[in-house]
Amino acid sequence: MRLKLVPSDTSINFLKHRRIAFIFSILLVASSVGLFVVKGLNLGIDFKGGILIEARNTTGPADISGLRADLGQLGLGDISLQEFGTPTDVLVRVQRQEGDEEAQIAAIAAISSTLGDSYDIRRTEFVGPTVGAELAEKGMLAVACALLAIMVYIWFRFEWQFSIAAILALAHDVLSTVGLFALTSFEFNLATVAAILTIAGYSINDTVVVFDRVRENLRRYKSYEIRDIINKSLNETLSRTVMTSFTTLLALLAITIFGGAVLRDFALAMIWGVLIGTYSSIFVAVGFLSRFDIRHQEPDDGVDVPETERS
Amino acid sequence: MLQFQLWKKLLVVAVILSGIIYSLPNLVGGNAASFLPGQKINLGLDLQGGSHLLLRVDIDAVQQERLETIAETVRQEFRSAKIRFSGLNLRDDAVTVRLRDAADAVQATAIFDDLGQNFSTTVDDNIYRIAFNDAGIVDMQTKTIQQSIEIIRRRLDPDGTKEPVIQRQGLDRVLVQLPGVDDPEAVKRLLGRTAKLTFQLVDTRMTAAEAIDRGRTPPGTVLLQSASGDGRSYVVEKRVMVSGEMLDSASAGIDQNNRPAVNFALNTVGARKFGKVTGDNIGRPFAIILDGQVVSAPVIQSQIFGNGQITGDFTVAETNELSLILRAGALPAPLIVMEERSIGPGLGADSVAAGEIAAVIALLLVAIYMVLSYGLFGALADIALVANIVLIIAALSALQATLTLPGIAGIVLTMGMAVDANVLIFERIREEIARGRSVLAAIDGGYKRAISTILDSNLTTLFAALFLYIFGSGPIKGFAVTLAIGIVTSLFTAVMVTRLLIILWAERKRPSKIIL
Repeated sequence: MRLKLVPSDTSINFLKHRRIAFIFSILLVASSVGLFVVKGLNLGIDFKGGILIEARNTTGPADISGLRADLGQLGLGDISLQEFGTPTDVLVRVQRQEGDEEAQIAAIAAISSTLGDSYDIRRTEFVGPTVGAELAEKGMLAVACALLAIMVYIWFRFEWQFSIAAILALAHDVLSTVGLFALTSFEFNLATVAAILTIAGYSINDTVVVFDRVRENLRRYKSYEIRDIINKSLNETLSRTVMTSFTTLLALLAITIFGGAVLRDFALAMIWGVLIGTYSSIFVAVGFLSRFDIRHQEPDDGVDVPETERS
Repeated sequence: MLQFQLWKKLLVVAVILSGIIYSLPNLVGGNAASFLPGQKINLGLDLQGGSHLLLRVDIDAVQQERLETIAETVRQEFRSAKIRFSGLNLRDDAVTVRLRDAADAVQATAIFDDLGQNFSTTVDDNIYRIAFNDAGIVDMQTKTIQQSIEIIRRRLDPDGTKEPVIQRQGLDRVLVQLPGVDDPEAVKRLLGRTAKLTFQLVDTRMTAAEAIDRGRTPPGTVLLQSASGDGRSYVVEKRVMVSGEMLDSASAGIDQNNRPAVNFALNTVGARKFGKVTGDNIGRPFAIILDGQVVSAPVIQSQIFGNGQITGDFTVAETNELSLILRAGALPAPLIVMEERSIGPGLGADSVAAGEIAAVIALLLVAIYMVLSYGLFGALADIALVANIVLIIAALSALQATLTLPGIAGIVLTMGMAVDANVLIFERIREEIARGRSVLAAIDGGYKRAISTILDSNLTTLFAALFLYIFGSGPIKGFAVTLAIGIVTSLFTAVMVTRLLIILWAERKRPSKIIL
């Protein structure tokens, strides 16, 4: 007996739920953008500059409140401390110091001498304001270029309607991931940008598989209505979509649990990405696609897609 | 019906075999590894520990300094040529001077022309303006960066064993990647000073207190602070008698009071000058100046030639570092740390261990799930998955790409996504069987139909990896590389390796039906 998360032959009317999905997605994206604007992101030092030090107490659990008091006396401004991975490890974040790069370097020296000999400094990261701004610019450029390239490729391989639908779904995934980071105040850093790009790659992967099937079924079932073709394509690929998402989630779960504290946020972002990417491939990308007249190349069989849902 | 030509079979076998050979150095240690053709994977700084520093070379400081020298040269040349001038100034990146007598123009122009081709002179109403020309700026920048890189290398890797990466980035930046650093603060101390060493006579006509009182020093002199932070100042002649370039060697030692000191020896030119200056100025204090601060100013007791000693308020560690820096030479310009990422060796090792555990567990989870879902075919896909990982490791080793911590995440993620191609194929085969095709026809049809989908979906992910590589830095670049390699190898293993395995199985068993 085979393990099956989804039966081989499903005939779920996905498009019937299109309106609910549409409203959900609109709310999701709107609240993401709203959170981003109002609450903002908890930018890591990669983008806003600053100092990050990871230290391990070699003599026992880290005395975080004691350290907070000691480091607070250095007058370095906003300092945050948190346990990192294990009770002996502490992560110290210090805001960008007034003045030039020299002031930052002096602050690092002051922190490491305050931590003292019982703490082993495992990691020091310092990003100056100039570099931070550059990294932010490069990060945005990377996401924009990747989205553009994907859009052009889909356009090239499919019709422009597919390309628009795919890019809308991708924007949906990227924006809602940013929204998640704004909501949870998880640190948004270079690794997050990498996660977002990977999410985009993963999500488009899923979308392309469904689109491929839609295109194939468009050729095969010329007399079918578009909505039926799309529903049929979604059902035919559903087993694969769920299967792949599940294996990817298994791998990500392994990273989250065993991969160490540094990778944890990255893996969590990816888990969200796989979930939202799977959802958006099924409901958003195809939902938009169903609104286009994707059969214009065969005008004889042309069946206009109704603009509104028939109840 | 099931066509899989011999050359394809051989290709699969050859690729897998070379994959095993190239990945082996990572598994076997010691001597056995030297018999193998490949190398181990190049671990990123975040995995092996080390310091990544992005430095900015303060080129403006060099420009300023060069123009100061130009101003001084012009002053001296005009004096010796008896040209009368006024308003010799340095402002807005240019030296300006006014000739009192326009008749001196020819002689003055000759002097300006001798300043070198990096400078251009313009004249307006008897006021001459000397500045770097465009080529001169580029030349100065390039030379300054090249010289900085050379000095950085000598300071960080005096024995040439540490294999640091030191390269120019952009206009005025230098990237330093130094593996295996225990104390990143020491690295920054080594790079934190230009270490410009000069010997200048102290002007005894006016005390420092008087100079501060009057707010000026005698012409040709300058007021300098003490390096020890005791608040003392010295009135020092601007003229440099002997400088650090004339050093032959420097080493840590002790002075006659058993305190740490730096011993130095001058080269022939330096020794001759030093001997002359000390011989002519017995009884005067001679300031030893490091980066514009007076380290000490001993009174010259007798004529000294080649060897000397720098004493001051030093610890042993400081004398070691100072002598290393002096041996390496002065930086042409101050270095400013713009970005630092230092990982201790302990964290690096922990990350590798955690990454390995995560990878093994991910592999097991995915493998078990595939067998549960697809039975025998799942097991065949698992074999391909293992082959995929071997090929990723081999490719990383052969290309000597850098494996970073996010790179390990990329490999683990690839495991999840690698089976996707097989899932697509198996689902297609399932459908073909449902349509009533024979087993062999279903397998063949499944592969044929799935392939374009697989290509499309993988190429789009490759785009994301490409832009991560172009715009990413350090560890993120490593992630992009492993993701891209993973996509290519998983395409190969999913499409070629499982196909070969399935065909071999089908040819042997001649199954009349398969359960998927």
